[in-house]
This record gives sequence, structure tokens and C-alpha cells, in this order.
Amino acid sequence: MSRAYLGGKLLHALLTISAIMVLNFALFRILPGDPVRALLPRGIPAEQVAATRAHLGLDQPIFPDQFISYVAATASGDFGYSFQYRVPVTTLIVERAGPTVLLVGTASLLAIVIGIVIGTLAGARPGRWFDSVTVAASLVLYALPVFWLGMIAIMIFGQFGFPINGMLTPGFTPPDALAAIGDLAAHLFMPALVLALALIGQYALFMRSALVEVMTEDYIETARSKGLREEQVVIRHAVPNALLPTVTLIGINLGVIFAGAITLENVFGWPGLGSLIVSSVASRDYPVLQGAFLLIAVTVVAANLAADLVYGLLDPRVRG
Amino acid sequence: MAGLAILSAFVLLAVTAPLLFGAPPALGSADAPLADPSWKYLLGTDEVARDVLALVAYGGRISLVVGFLATLISVGIGTLVGIVAGYNGRRIDTFLMRVTDFFLVTPALVLAILVASIVGPSLINVIVIIGFTSWPATARVIRAQTLSVKERAFVARSRAYGAGAPHLIRRHILPNVWSLIMASSTLTVATAIFLETTLAFLGLADPTTTSWGTMMNRAFVSGAAGLGKWGYVFAPGVAVSLVVIAFTFIGRAFERILNPRLRGRQADTGAIAHAEVVVVP
Repeated sequence: MSRAYLGGKLLHALLTISAIMVLNFALFRILPGDPVRALLPRGIPAEQVAATRAHLGLDQPIFPDQFISYVAATASGDFGYSFQYRVPVTTLIVERAGPTVLLVGTASLLAIVIGIVIGTLAGARPGRWFDSVTVAASLVLYALPVFWLGMIAIMIFGQFGFPINGMLTPGFTPPDALAAIGDLAAHLFMPALVLALALIGQYALFMRSALVEVMTEDYIETARSKGLREEQVVIRHAVPNALLPTVTLIGINLGVIFAGAITLENVFGWPGLGSLIVSSVASRDYPVLQGAFLLIAVTVVAANLAADLVYGLLDPRVRG
Repeated sequence: MAGLAILSAFVLLAVTAPLLFGAPPALGSADAPLADPSWKYLLGTDEVARDVLALVAYGGRISLVVGFLATLISVGIGTLVGIVAGYNGRRIDTFLMRVTDFFLVTPALVLAILVASIVGPSLINVIVIIGFTSWPATARVIRAQTLSVKERAFVARSRAYGAGAPHLIRRHILPNVWSLIMASSTLTVATAIFLETTLAFLGLADPTTTSWGTMMNRAFVSGAAGLGKWGYVFAPGVAVSLVVIAFTFIGRAFERILNPRLRGRQADTGAIAHAEVVVVP
């Protein structure tokens, strides 16, 4: 990979992250709505409103004073204190990121593996019944709101005694590590399955498209004329090249996956970032919202960068 | 065609809601809360005793209006950015595409949640927020088309006759990107309705209005899923999905007519086509 390609992508990612920081700062200051008014109950004396404003540093000039202290604090990982929990935002977010990573990771892994298998089966023989069913089903799955799918799952699987709320059974002390993992897995089953279901369609369609495209290349004809069986042509020659765009789709898609996780965590009471964000909306916990937005946005930018780099590393044609 | 049929049915239902069901259902207007489907209430009733079917019809009005108005804003911004970037090229193009990429990569839902929590939940706010977060895909498509139209011989000839930028854009560029704007719009309506549903489900829509999203929110909060109230849980979700599928179908049909190369590849959904624009800029 050329140094210019790498440098360009890195610079672009850094610029994007700086822009996200500026946006995060500016949103609360330029949009209508006063955070101090929203924070305090009605009928508070004016002196106290002024005191709170001073305490939060909001009486300083927006630029450069407030901006400099914001950048300095953010750079050192300080996002202030949560209004509702009265603990540092960083502590809160780190604590809640774990369950979200577990949910998003499990669902993505499930979706990509199943999606690639289905996409390969469909794309190897375009136009057959399996292909048509795959395309139709993917389209329908894509149009279903993931949280609604979660509610349906609760209606169906809830009857069979699957846990539908939280990450661990409250008050249950597992006798050993195995029982603890079992309890976690039982709780993870439904949210992960639903999130995966919402993603499978996209991966399957993408894999299918990529495979159909690859199958028209000349080297596939060469492989056939060598006398290879069709399965060998598909698996050994076509699939590796079709995998590339599909796998990098994970990186590009991470924003969408997070969006799904946010709504789904609320349906299943999963104690991750999504639940935190929604409870923060209800209690107008702006420091937490800002911190969570910054973390998710930076993660998505990093994932995009990783996807670009992996693509550049594996496919010499895009190094530019 | 299937897309148009589904869409017409829902538009008809939304428009004729007052004729079919009378005034918007008031609290306690049905016999019992959370009733199962019956002949009187085909989809059952909600937790404050309102006919779910009537709510779906009235909710469609809000969801469709939000979808259309947000799309107007979104496609307006996207077209403006796309044409200005594609027509001017160089620095302006680079700058505008950086901004577009920024909005593409920033998680739209989280940004929308953040903004909605600051400005407060109201119908107008939700429409504006969706409009301002969903334009980048349109901007990219329009820019690409503008770049190619700009280089065609008739535009060069017109410029040689001394035509200025406003004339070239109005008479030559716009007519040639118009069909693409329409295709992009239908796909954006689907995205907008989806985003409205999600925001409303998370409690970020005006709680006094009824949209399909707020219906799902109330169905969830009232525990209708756990109680097995199929009608109440299914109705808003099926409505959203059908309308989103309908718009996707229409958008794809547009694209196939416009771009004959796509005809062989009937599998690509509009959304995936949007994604491809993103992946391969």
C-alpha cells in the first residue's frame, strides 16, 4: 500500500473526527433550547440559574474560552458528570459499552456468516428459486423496523420461557462460571438473533451481487475450461474475490448496526449504550448524550478507516 | 406496479380516514382497552380503548406527511449540494464532498436523537431533523450525474454561445438530472418514514400526535407484546414495512428505467444501490 494512500485516508479520518468534535460542541450552543433551563425545574430564582450557568462554565464567551476548555477536557477523556447518575460520564460509558460490544459483535458475526453462505448459494445460480426467495426475503427483512421484530420475537419466544429482559437473571447467583455463561447466553439469544436477522439480508444481497459480478470475469471461464467442476470454480475462484466487498461492508455498516442496537436494547432491557442513551434523553442528561455520540461517531469513523485500509491492502486496484 | 398499488391503498386509507372512521379516535371511545380483534374492532383496541384500525389510518397521515416533507428538505439540500459541487468542480467540489462524506459517516440516528433531545419533540422538529440528516446519498448521486452531463457536447456548445451558469444549470443540467432526483426521492421517503418510526419509538416524537411510530412506542410501553395482543403490535409495523417496501419497489423501477445496465441485475434493492454509491465513490 502506498504511503500517500495511507496518509490520505488517515488525514481524512482525523479531519472527520475533528469536525464531529466541533459539531458536538456547537450543537448545544447554536440550537434553540437552553440546557440550563432544561436542567433546572421551573420557578427557580434568577440568581440560582446564573450560579448554575457559571458552575457549568456556560457564562464564559463561547469562543475561544468555552471551546478551548471543551477540547482540553475531551482530549483527556473528561466528559463531565452525568446529571441523572451523578458519576463521571466516562465511567458510565465504559461500563455500558461492554454489553453493547457483546450484542453488536455476536449479531454481526452471526449475520455475516449466515449472510455469506446464503449469498453464495443464491449468487452461484442466479435466477433459480433459491435466488428469488433470498432476494425477496432480504428485501422484506430490510424493510422491517428492528425493534418491531424484537417485539414479535418477545411474543413468540417469550412463551417458551426465554428471558426477555436484561442481561442476567436478577438475584440469581450462579454456582460456577459455566452457569453464569449459560445465563448470559440465554439472555443474549433473542436480542442477538433479532439484530442478526435484520442484518442478514444486506450481507446476503451484497455477497450475491458481488458473486454474480465476479462470475462474469474472464478468469472464471479459464477455470471452467481447465475442467474444474462448477462447485470448485465457485468456491476456490469466485468466492474469495466476492468476499472482499462483503467483509468491508461490516466496517461501513457499523453506524447502521449501532442504530439497530440502540432501539433493540430498549426492547430487551439490555444494559448497554442504547438503553443509556434513551434514559438520558428522558432525563435530559446532556453530558451523557454528548459523550455517547462522540464515542459512537469516532468508532464508526475508525471502522470506516479500517474497511478502507483492508480494502486497499487486499485489492491493489483501489490503492490509487 | 405492486409498489404503486400498495402505496395507493395506504394513501387512500389515510385520506379517507375521516369518512371511514369519523373523527380521530378519542380516549375511551371503544368498549374496552387492549381488546382482542373482533368484528367491531378488526385489529382490536389500544391501552386507552381506541380502535387500532382507525389509529392506523390516522397514523398513516402523520407518517406519510413526515416522510414527504422530510424528503422535500432532504432532496432539496442533496440536489443543491450535488449540482453546485458537480458543476463548479475543483475546490468547491472537494469541500462539499468532504461535508457530504462527513454526514454519511456520522451515525444519523444518534445525531438525530441528540438534536431532537435539545430542540424538543414536535412534528416540525422531527421533519427538519430527518431532512437534514438524510441528504448525503442524494447529493452524491446528483453530483455524479451533473459531472457527466456537464461534459456532453450540447452543454459545451451552449457555453460557447455565451450561456452563463444559471442558464446552463436551469436549461441543461436540471432537466437531465430530474429523473434521478425523482428516483432518489422515492428511496428517501422510505428512509424518512423509517427514521420517523424509530425516533417516535424512542419517545422523541410529539406524544400527542398519532403516527405509526408512536403507536409502536405505546404498544411496547403498555406491554401489548407480552400480553400477546397481535392486532395492536402487528398493525403499525406491517403498515410501515409495506409502505417502505412500496417506495423501494417504485425507486428500483425508476432506476431500472433510467439505467438500462441495471436491468440484468434485478436483485439490487434501492437501498443497496444507495450503499454502492457510498462504497464506491
